[in-house]
Amino acid sequence: MSSISDSTKLDIGNDARINSSQYLTFLLGGEEYGVDILRVQEIKGWDNVTQIPNTPDYIKGVINLRGAIVPIIDLRQRFNLENSSYGPTTVVIVLKVINHEKERTVGIVVDAVSDVYNIATDEMKPPPDFGGIDIEFVNGLATIEDKMVITLNIDELLNTASISEAETAAH
Amino acid sequence: MSIDITQFHQTFFEESFEGLDIMESGLLDLDIGAVDNDTINAIFRAAHSIKGGSATFGFTNIATFTHAMETLLDEIRDGHRSVSTEIVEVLLQSVDCLRDMITAQRDEEEPDGERITQLQQALDGLLGKENEDSEDDSLGGSQNKHDDGAPREWDISFTPHPHLLKTGNDPALLFRELESLGTLTTEVDLTGLPPLSEMDPEECYLSWKLKLSGSGVSEENIKEVFEWVEDDCDLVIKEIAPATATEEKPPREIPSNKKPIAKSVSKKSLTPESSSIRVSIDKVDTLINMVGELVITQSMMGNLDGDFEDFDHARLEQLREGLSLLERNIRELQESVMRIRMLPISFIFSRFPRMVHDLSQQLGKQINFEMSGEQTELDKTVMEKIGDPLVHLVRNSIDHGIETPEIRKQAGKPEAGSVNLNAYHKGGNIVIEISDDGAGLNKDRILSKALEKGLIEEGCQLSDEKIFELLFQPGFSTAETVSDISGRGVGMDVVRRNIRGLGGNIDIASKEGQGTTFTIRLPLTLAILDGQLVRIGNETYIIPLISIVESLLIAPENVNSIASTSEVYKLREEYIPIIRTHGLFGTTSDAEDLEDGLLVVIEGDGQKVGLFVDELLGQQQVVIKSLETNYQRVAGISGATILGDGTVALILDVEGIIGMSRKPGNGRNQHLEKAVA
Repeated sequence: MSSISDSTKLDIGNDARINSSQYLTFLLGGEEYGVDILRVQEIKGWDNVTQIPNTPDYIKGVINLRGAIVPIIDLRQRFNLENSSYGPTTVVIVLKVINHEKERTVGIVVDAVSDVYNIATDEMKPPPDFGGIDIEFVNGLATIEDKMVITLNIDELLNTASISEAETAAH
Repeated sequence: MSIDITQFHQTFFEESFEGLDIMESGLLDLDIGAVDNDTINAIFRAAHSIKGGSATFGFTNIATFTHAMETLLDEIRDGHRSVSTEIVEVLLQSVDCLRDMITAQRDEEEPDGERITQLQQALDGLLGKENEDSEDDSLGGSQNKHDDGAPREWDISFTPHPHLLKTGNDPALLFRELESLGTLTTEVDLTGLPPLSEMDPEECYLSWKLKLSGSGVSEENIKEVFEWVEDDCDLVIKEIAPATATEEKPPREIPSNKKPIAKSVSKKSLTPESSSIRVSIDKVDTLINMVGELVITQSMMGNLDGDFEDFDHARLEQLREGLSLLERNIRELQESVMRIRMLPISFIFSRFPRMVHDLSQQLGKQINFEMSGEQTELDKTVMEKIGDPLVHLVRNSIDHGIETPEIRKQAGKPEAGSVNLNAYHKGGNIVIEISDDGAGLNKDRILSKALEKGLIEEGCQLSDEKIFELLFQPGFSTAETVSDISGRGVGMDVVRRNIRGLGGNIDIASKEGQGTTFTIRLPLTLAILDGQLVRIGNETYIIPLISIVESLLIAPENVNSIASTSEVYKLREEYIPIIRTHGLFGTTSDAEDLEDGLLVVIEGDGQKVGLFVDELLGQQQVVIKSLETNYQRVAGISGATILGDGTVALILDVEGIIGMSRKPGNGRNQHLEKAVA
């Protein structure tokens, strides 16, 4: 189903726990992004989706997740990267998003799931202002094993942008 | 040890509201001529509980107010006072006021102080008023309630029942309180004391003879002291100095109770949005049994899971049987659970007698109000939302439908008009009928009013149903005068919208001079929908069956286009606009040509439109799941459901689609526009 590398060493010493958080990282368009692991509900493969009319392209539709109706967002399209086709390695990460104290479940389509890392708070650098994606949903940048990981604020990413845009599109 | 008493507040409020309802219905049922003891006792008990409870929680203003009502009721109960319309009126208004006070206490707001004082005075006035009838009922006690400050002497014989001490009351404390009223002399009677060996220290064997003298002490004051123990003792209060009893009582000026006491006309919705529900035990038991059967079926199916070599035809059969058993179990379980949210409609019907009573008095009409089918059950949420529309319809009936007694007499009808409220189950729906034998709907007046408002064209012919439909247009009212009850034309379209919002509809039948009947049809529950599955392109949608008028194969010769942007279909005598749903939704459809698809004629908001679909799939009951839980509201879609194969299907919002299709350029006929361009 998903490709999680098995050489994962998690340093969960006492200090590490206090000053850091764990992030689940995934690959998207050649870049590695991370989300707070406490927000990850599950990881599943790509299934057929029911489209919702009059919504932006990146909102693929909704799926049935054990009885709940969960919307699926394609991050590639959301970040305006070039489209890729969905294959057997395509993964959907189901996240818990908090919006005005209400908890919602949203899924995002990514290329592949990478690893779980402990990132200390002081290792996180604030994002510089690049013109690519909106800064609001980037928490910070971290360097792990010579790679750059972009940590995302999913509340911002999946709430304000998608909702307001979808609302204007629908009217 | 201090218990946090605030956790019991909620229960007190709920029970008090129930008690107030009992009082109200009891008061309305009171037959002035022949007072039914049981009714009076019920009313008294309710008031007594509210007083006791409010005193315990420290809500002194409620306690004091209720105390006055309780005293009055007690007199009626003992036969010292006879019931009059005036008393009933004051008590009814007091019930209202008390309800407001308790609501204010619950919501931590300030109640209307002025109204409270007014009613308090009225109650006190009634209590102080000498009731001529009761002078004959001399029970040896002076009924003199005059608090005129004259010195009075009382002989009190107080015999506590043996268990009095166990109730936590101490005679010594009672006597101390009596002392605050005047001078008290006590004489104890020790005759009841058994020898020491037989004595139980927790029992009271003593009785007392007391003499109390003080100025302005009334029997009331004394009774108040013994209030908490009145059921646990024998109390006889006799006034000495009988001279006062035979004095000529000066006629008292009673504060005129006929004066309309400031009543808040805006009747706030009486059913507070309570978050708890009362369920009868047998419903819960049924549920438990169902779940038990489910467990049995599941373990039976679990047994079938053996080695796969053994998996032969017999096993398959067993599996099939197990599955169908499972399906039955689950269906029964579902119905049982749904039934838990069902409450008898009497909960909202109960507020009507009072409302009719008040309205008929206010308008000077005589109304016979009958209700039937109060035990019919419906979903709690539906019930809360149908309350206000029903109130509006009943008010209309009384205000506009029923004529004044004089007109009725002239027409040869009985002077009292009748308004009937009837509820019953029919075919998976609940039907509520509001009928009256009043003046009926005047078709000509409706037509002329509609012409006036520009709703219809001159000289157009409308069937009776169409004419009655006009009533539902916003701003429509044929009332000559606008009262604060009705006539402003704001009501009927809101009523219909609310009913539609619950998935139901409303019909009118009327005969001029004979009366009108409104029939409301509602689905039994909100969460389940009978739907027609349709396929448009690659997607499956569900159209609520209740909105579907008919489905048909398109005959191309009946398709006409208007100004090359809209298409209409000629169906018998009507022209129905065609909506290409895929255009609205931005999806694709199999067929572009109308003749390759089907037309589903749906009705919403009084309009008919035809939806162009590719294929009709089955009909089934679906469970409505909200899109807004995890996503947001989508125009044209009222919800989603999960089909048997696990995929999600969207449920179409009929009125939403009609609204969307009206907006120009909303993808309705893109293909036409493309062709033209």
